[in-house]
Amino acid sequence: MSTDKPSTNDPAAGALLRVEDLKVHFPVHGGVFQRQVDAVKAVDGVSFHVMEGETLGLVGESGCGKSTTGLAVLKMLPITAGKVIFAGTDISGYSSRQVRPIRRSMQMVYQDPFGSLDPRMTVQSIIAEPMEVHRLYPGRRVRKERVIELMNIVGLRADMIDRYPHEFSGGQRQRIGIARALAAEPRLIICDEPVSALDVSIQAQVVNLLQDLQERLGLACVFIAHDLAVVRHVSRRVAVMYLGQIVEISSRDDLYSRPLHPYTQALMAAIPVADPVAEAARPRQVISGEVPSALRPPSGCRFHPRCQHAMPICAKERPELRSDSGRAVACHLYGPTGGASED
Amino acid sequence: MADVAFPATDSAAARFGRRLRGVVDFIWRLCRQKPLGAVGAFICLVFLVAGIFADFLAPYGFNQIMPIDRLKPPSWQHPFGTDNLGRDIFSRILYGAQLSVIVGLSAAFLATLVSTVLGITSGYLGGRFDLLVQRFVDAWMSFPDLVILIVVAAVLGPGMTQLIVILGLLYGIAGSRIVRSAVLSVREQSYIHASQSIGATPPRIMLRHVLPNVMSPIIVLFTTRVGAVILAEAALAFLGLGVPPPAPTWGGMLTGSARTYMHMAPWMGLAPGICLTLVVFSINMFGDALRDLLDPRMRGQH
Repeated sequence: MSTDKPSTNDPAAGALLRVEDLKVHFPVHGGVFQRQVDAVKAVDGVSFHVMEGETLGLVGESGCGKSTTGLAVLKMLPITAGKVIFAGTDISGYSSRQVRPIRRSMQMVYQDPFGSLDPRMTVQSIIAEPMEVHRLYPGRRVRKERVIELMNIVGLRADMIDRYPHEFSGGQRQRIGIARALAAEPRLIICDEPVSALDVSIQAQVVNLLQDLQERLGLACVFIAHDLAVVRHVSRRVAVMYLGQIVEISSRDDLYSRPLHPYTQALMAAIPVADPVAEAARPRQVISGEVPSALRPPSGCRFHPRCQHAMPICAKERPELRSDSGRAVACHLYGPTGGASED
Repeated sequence: MADVAFPATDSAAARFGRRLRGVVDFIWRLCRQKPLGAVGAFICLVFLVAGIFADFLAPYGFNQIMPIDRLKPPSWQHPFGTDNLGRDIFSRILYGAQLSVIVGLSAAFLATLVSTVLGITSGYLGGRFDLLVQRFVDAWMSFPDLVILIVVAAVLGPGMTQLIVILGLLYGIAGSRIVRSAVLSVREQSYIHASQSIGATPPRIMLRHVLPNVMSPIIVLFTTRVGAVILAEAALAFLGLGVPPPAPTWGGMLTGSARTYMHMAPWMGLAPGICLTLVVFSINMFGDALRDLLDPRMRGQH
């Protein structure tokens, strides 16, 4: 299997986070001696970078490895291969002890606002925990002031400080989660589907809050979601994942106005149009079939069994993520070989 | 409940008030939803008080011999009758309760402590450490309880301290399984994950997040252990390996002369037997009720 080359020199220079050819494989054990017989290739050769203060959207359908990518970047999962370079240091080989101080600069906002807060802690203890762990703002009073300040930032009233998570609504809980993520003054926040568990009306509030904070505090953000509209709203650049690989990365406007990869095109075509007449007149573009197993991904381009533009080469060679004028796409349709080199 | 007390000093009074209300609320729920459990709790409380204040409540000394009143049936003077040496059985039951309370509570406390420490570390840390600890627990549990008890009691000799230590270890190691299984489910919760991603160290996570969240099975474990320990103590005393006479133990009162005089004075065996049954039964009822009330699915109703 060929591997991705890290995207050529220039654009990633000086990036806060660089991920190079990241692979996360989950071993499958079997047989009498429980030896490793196979591996689920959840993330298989993913490269991207995030600049300081930039939001990168990571989209894809369920099970494509976007959450796994986020967790691996935080070193919450063992990395099988590849590099995660944060602020110039490669942390992919770090032990859990070594990575602990770095956690201060990388925080995570979770999908499930009900499960991600300890039910036995008050809001104060939850938000203060990163400060305690990293010994920031020493002193009881200072810390409490900081907690209140953070609560104000995320739009919670200061008198809620002694309440328990079950006394809050989903949107409020997500605000608590965001306040906790901000408490350690991180440089990068990984948002793993931060709004998909919320009501649509609340989603907008939380998304706007995240965007506002990110601009005000200059945070870099990896925004993982399957909701294309939300991603379009928050991201500067968007990466599209399919079955453990990135098929396309480009600036938001380019991606949404002129998607290149057939998979991206299909995704965009699936966004409903708010005008019923236009919606009815719109040509349908349906992807047939199911997502193949990450245990036995298809040869060559992983999308080829479902792609309507599939060519013979697609089944044989894995297309590289090739960048061209700021856009990168992994598809033989756009390669130098194009559709020409059929043999 | 053992919520972790974190600063927030200025509202301490408010928090205390809320906690007090929570306790009252809990007792109310216990009475309404689990009347049998409430009865159990009440009986336990009666025995607890009887044991603690035995010195004041007992009409006679536990070893006070009244040769004229030998083998008297229950009467107003001797509510549970007297034994073959003319000792008041009611007084001996009260002092026996004291001993049972001391042994029961301290051994159950030790057992719960051992279970908690072993269960949380083994369940949370996992991996090779978990494997090692669990194989040790397997080996330990493969011996019948009574065999270990008898061997250790025979080696260490009779005595209350030995009894507490060995009962605590015996039930503690076996009970670690229960705590571990609770920890295994808590460990996968995303708030644990969140703490890890914050950079919290494993000891911190175990103390601040895992322990408070497995508190309800631990409380239930403790109540059931009290019953089990009292029974085990009685069993050992019955076999003559418990706290040596003349200390009045319920198990000891069941054996020996109680058996000899069973036909002449059945109350000699009946009184400690009934008390033992009652205490263990009511502790178990209380423990069951606690388990149901502390179930996370029923939480959030108050």
